[in-house]
Amino acid sequence: MTTRTVRSFKPSWRETTIGTAAFFGVWYFVALIGIAPAKFFPMPHEVLAKLFALTHTQFAGATLQMHLLSSLHRYAMGFLLAIVIGLPLGLLMGRFRWLDVVVTPLFDALRFIAPVAWVPFAALWFGTGIGGPTLIIFAGAFPPILINAYRGARGVDPRYLEAASMLGIGSFKTITDVLFPAAIPSIIAGLRVGAGLGWMSLVGAELIAANRGVGYLIVKGQSAVDTPIVMAGMIAIGAVGVVIDVVLRKLEKHLLRHRKS
Amino acid sequence: MSEITFTNVSRSFERDGNMFLAVDSVSLTVRDREFVAIVGPSGCGKTTCMRMAAGLEFPTAGQVTVSGKEVISPGPDRAVVFQQFALFPWKTVSENIDFGLRAKGLDEAERRRIVEHNIALMNLRGYETAFPHQLSGGMQQRVAIARAYALDPDVLLMDEPFGALDAQTRVVMQEELVKLARLNPRTVLFITHAVDEAVYLADRVVIMTSRPGKIKEILDVKAVRDAENWDQHSRIEDVMDLASFVHLRTRIWKSLREEHAGDDH
Ligand SMILES: Nc1ncnc2c1ncn2[C@@H]1O[C@H](COP(=O)(O)OP(=O)(O)O)[C@@H](O)[C@H]1O
Ligand SMILES: [Mg+2]
Repeated sequence: MTTRTVRSFKPSWRETTIGTAAFFGVWYFVALIGIAPAKFFPMPHEVLAKLFALTHTQFAGATLQMHLLSSLHRYAMGFLLAIVIGLPLGLLMGRFRWLDVVVTPLFDALRFIAPVAWVPFAALWFGTGIGGPTLIIFAGAFPPILINAYRGARGVDPRYLEAASMLGIGSFKTITDVLFPAAIPSIIAGLRVGAGLGWMSLVGAELIAANRGVGYLIVKGQSAVDTPIVMAGMIAIGAVGVVIDVVLRKLEKHLLRHRKS
Repeated sequence: MSEITFTNVSRSFERDGNMFLAVDSVSLTVRDREFVAIVGPSGCGKTTCMRMAAGLEFPTAGQVTVSGKEVISPGPDRAVVFQQFALFPWKTVSENIDFGLRAKGLDEAERRRIVEHNIALMNLRGYETAFPHQLSGGMQQRVAIARAYALDPDVLLMDEPFGALDAQTRVVMQEELVKLARLNPRTVLFITHAVDEAVYLADRVVIMTSRPGKIKEILDVKAVRDAENWDQHSRIEDVMDLASFVHLRTRIWKSLREEHAGDDH
């Protein structure tokens, strides 16, 4: 069982405020000294104003919320697909040596291909609606989910497996009722990394999105040389990424509430 | 008839590229409903012997049978109580005990009856929904024993089950185990390095030599216990005061001392 020795640091309101203020201060400073033409380096208030404007006026055919919703839809599909395939496959590879031997070389070669590299094939195979982008997000989320499920299964304390076999637990039940719960700390770590990488692949995925999505919004903002829109899109992606991680951390805490830390 | 037999059992392990003999030609029969304790210096192969009876380890020579069948895999007919409990931390007390019963395919009412019975037997009432980490070491070990008993196994294999407990808890557990063993005798192979415990619990005590582990001698405790009527005393300290108990204990001590004298340390 992995034990977490690193205590999570809980920032207070004061520290959060100072950090945010410092961030905007540096931003203003850099914008004012003019390292890039003002047109290409918008001030924070311009970006925030644009962010707000995007919530009620349409750009690239939709408001920000509609773009986000569309992105989240693709993301959920890609991420869930990565879980549905990666998690059981990882556990089975950790349990059965022959599967490990068959899958690992193939997987090792594929996982170094950046998700965006799949863009042409994703579009050709699955189209530009939901299928293609989903594949890109899948390509980002799948490797860490599989690897961590696999490591979790390999690292299970053999005493649990011995106890299970002594109790007469069958092979399938041993995977679902012993291997899986014992590997949960590692699995959750994989979900968090996979969720992050999947969300980071969003812009790449939406390079080929037909007409919606935050990534699509950014791409359109770039063609219109509207840098506040590009930055507003980036902020929206960052904010949603944080929310996803917070949700997964809550889930982790909930699932591990009965374990000794 | 559930007997455990070791016939010329040897087991070697590899260490630093060399094979070394951990268990050397052990022949032993634990008879039906007999309680046999194995004592010996640490590292003499006690755990290895127990694991071979459980089917978690296999002899390099010789044969282990339980109830006449060669042991080829672990199974609920040979319940194990591990030294470090090995409870499932994500399951409650009840769920830990119930897990093996589900695998046996018993119906829900029957399972609930067995779980409740063993919870009561092991003094775990009120802790049904607790998780292992919320319990003391002694209580965790009681859950592990309840889990083993619930299987209603032909034989019980216990590897220093009280080794990790504090002295007071250990005494309580030993008295409870004696009560259970006399009430409902089972075939038990009990590993310990505590001589008192072995003499108090067992019908026969097997003394093993240090590396490689061989059987040095086997003492018949039951003959003395019955002759001197130890079981009229319910408290362990009263039994341990008896001259016949002290005599047996001293004999085993001396025998084990010779093993330590031959050791490096
Ligand atoms: N799986 C194993 N691999 C290598 N050596 C082992 C293994 N299991 C036990 N041994 C060695 O065999 C010897 C006997 O071990 P064990 O049966 O655990 O002794 P005991 O329980 O009497 O203390 C020890 O020297 C131990 O290091
Ligand atoms: Mg041992």
